[in-house]
Amino acid sequence: MTVPSIETRGLTRKFGSFTALDHLDLKVEGGKCVGFLGPNGSGKTTTLKLLTAMIYPTEGECYINDIPCHTDRTAALAGAGVLIESPEIYPSLTPNEALEMVEDVRGIPRDEWKGRIETVLAEVRMSDWADKKVGKFSKGMKQRVNIAAALVHDPPVVLLDEPSTGLDPRGMSEVRAILRALKQTHRLIFMSSHLLSEVTEVCDEVALLDHGKLRFYDTLPNVVSRFGKDQGSVDVTFDHPVDPAAVRRISGIPSDVTDITPLGTSQVRIKFSGPSASKKLLLRILVDADLGVVGFVESESALEEIYLSQISRGE
Amino acid sequence: MATISPATTDPVASSLIRFRAPPLLHQIPKLARYQLREYLRSRRFYAMAGIIVFLGTVLTAVTGYYRGPLVTDPVTFYGTDWGGAASFLVVLVAVLFGGDAIAGEFQNKTGYFLMGLPVRRSTVYLGKFLAAYAAAAAMMGLFLGILLANGIFYFGSRAAPWQLGLSALLAFVYLGAVLGATFMFSSLFKTSAYGFVLTALLFLIGFTLLQDYISAIAHAQPWMVISYASGTISSVFDPTVNWGLNGSWTLMRGDIDKNVVVKIYTVAGVAEGILIMLGYLLVTSLVGLSLFEREDFS
Repeated sequence: MTVPSIETRGLTRKFGSFTALDHLDLKVEGGKCVGFLGPNGSGKTTTLKLLTAMIYPTEGECYINDIPCHTDRTAALAGAGVLIESPEIYPSLTPNEALEMVEDVRGIPRDEWKGRIETVLAEVRMSDWADKKVGKFSKGMKQRVNIAAALVHDPPVVLLDEPSTGLDPRGMSEVRAILRALKQTHRLIFMSSHLLSEVTEVCDEVALLDHGKLRFYDTLPNVVSRFGKDQGSVDVTFDHPVDPAAVRRISGIPSDVTDITPLGTSQVRIKFSGPSASKKLLLRILVDADLGVVGFVESESALEEIYLSQISRGE
Repeated sequence: MATISPATTDPVASSLIRFRAPPLLHQIPKLARYQLREYLRSRRFYAMAGIIVFLGTVLTAVTGYYRGPLVTDPVTFYGTDWGGAASFLVVLVAVLFGGDAIAGEFQNKTGYFLMGLPVRRSTVYLGKFLAAYAAAAAMMGLFLGILLANGIFYFGSRAAPWQLGLSALLAFVYLGAVLGATFMFSSLFKTSAYGFVLTALLFLIGFTLLQDYISAIAHAQPWMVISYASGTISSVFDPTVNWGLNGSWTLMRGDIDKNVVVKIYTVAGVAEGILIMLGYLLVTSLVGLSLFEREDFS
């Protein structure tokens, strides 16, 4: 079975004397969601533009599904759905027409157009706007249509550049739901994002780019254990309001719990040092204490702390 | 809750096999069709149509009011109304529909939508060129239609001279040449206004001045200047027109405040004019395409 993949080999892009991307070697394959992190100007969008041949490399090569992006652009992009830089759609087109154009140019059989468009517009919750002109849409609505355009041909590889940009909280939540659903379909989703919570929630793996260089690429748990300086952090949600001090007093709470801070009336963040075994022990103790635990998730702060430490290391 | 369709057994293979992008020659007319639809829905299209109807109405009114020498015969009539206005109109419609064709893709970020598709840049360029040509040609056709209606009124339905057909053909070749240059300038900049202004200035003023300088100062045939070639659009109505590859020179003398003024008018031969215009179309298209191929979407 062919697995979806993207690969860069020594990929470098300079703009004058500024090196936006510095010999990036990255191979991502298989059905998974990979978060591509990095501060502004780190080279995330440059990488995505190089993968889609919107810009040319100074050195190196890149591939989508083993097809070279720059020498065989059309074949490479035939197997990819792309959303880069929140593009504008011709304002006189309706979402239906814009997606028809995408399907037509992509060579999708005409008898499949209607069904695919209806499905994908429903996924991005734009069905009610299918026949309205895009020119009148808000930024968030346009972004939904762009996401629909990236997915309408069921691509094995999906490249997304900050897909939640311009969306309201509900829209962001819906994008996450779409991404989670996409993950179930053996597709490779490679998305840049500034939202660590989004990456923590939907991504299986993360790659961090800083000053054009790859700092790391690994699964989320491995990243936390490799770079977390033996620091773990979980967010625990209860079915009733709790006092953090009461949690601290629970019998058997491991000694390596370093901090318990409230996140809301019924949610606390528990930080601990030590191996991931501490997390399992902590969960068992909390459940045994019958405090009404309804949520126990890796805290996004873990990734945030790693992100900040790795970025500052780069500086 | 999102409801993405279930996984295929081999999504990469199935996608690549089923949805292989159509060949270049199939994609160009597809993109041209969508781009043309965008033009047909744009305000500029109707604004330009309005301007042409207005111009046509003014010509109709002036011709109807004065009649006289204008309507003595069809050749004079079309030579004056079509031959005198077509070159100017070609520049106007070419700049209007082509000035932002490429630069606008960068400026308005619509290019990021197109370039996410499995298309070659040359496909986008040629598709947009065909659409702009069709929209601009429709405007020229509208103007020609108004004049023909006038001509039929004055001379009857069989009174369209062959010179009009040839002149219209030359105007449509010239349209290709001007659009080629417009697209080239549009590829050079990422801001639409530069393309509009540069093309308009060059074709309405620049080339005419250059033509005059070359012929008056260097005493050379300005074969490299496109306005020299576009003169054939009106010269074909002249019975002494040169059909070959050599242009004609006309020396005109006049007095202004007791000073003798000499002006040299140069017009290409018809065959020469066609070659020059096709040359411009070819060179500017190749340069424009090359610029667009190398341009970064950044």
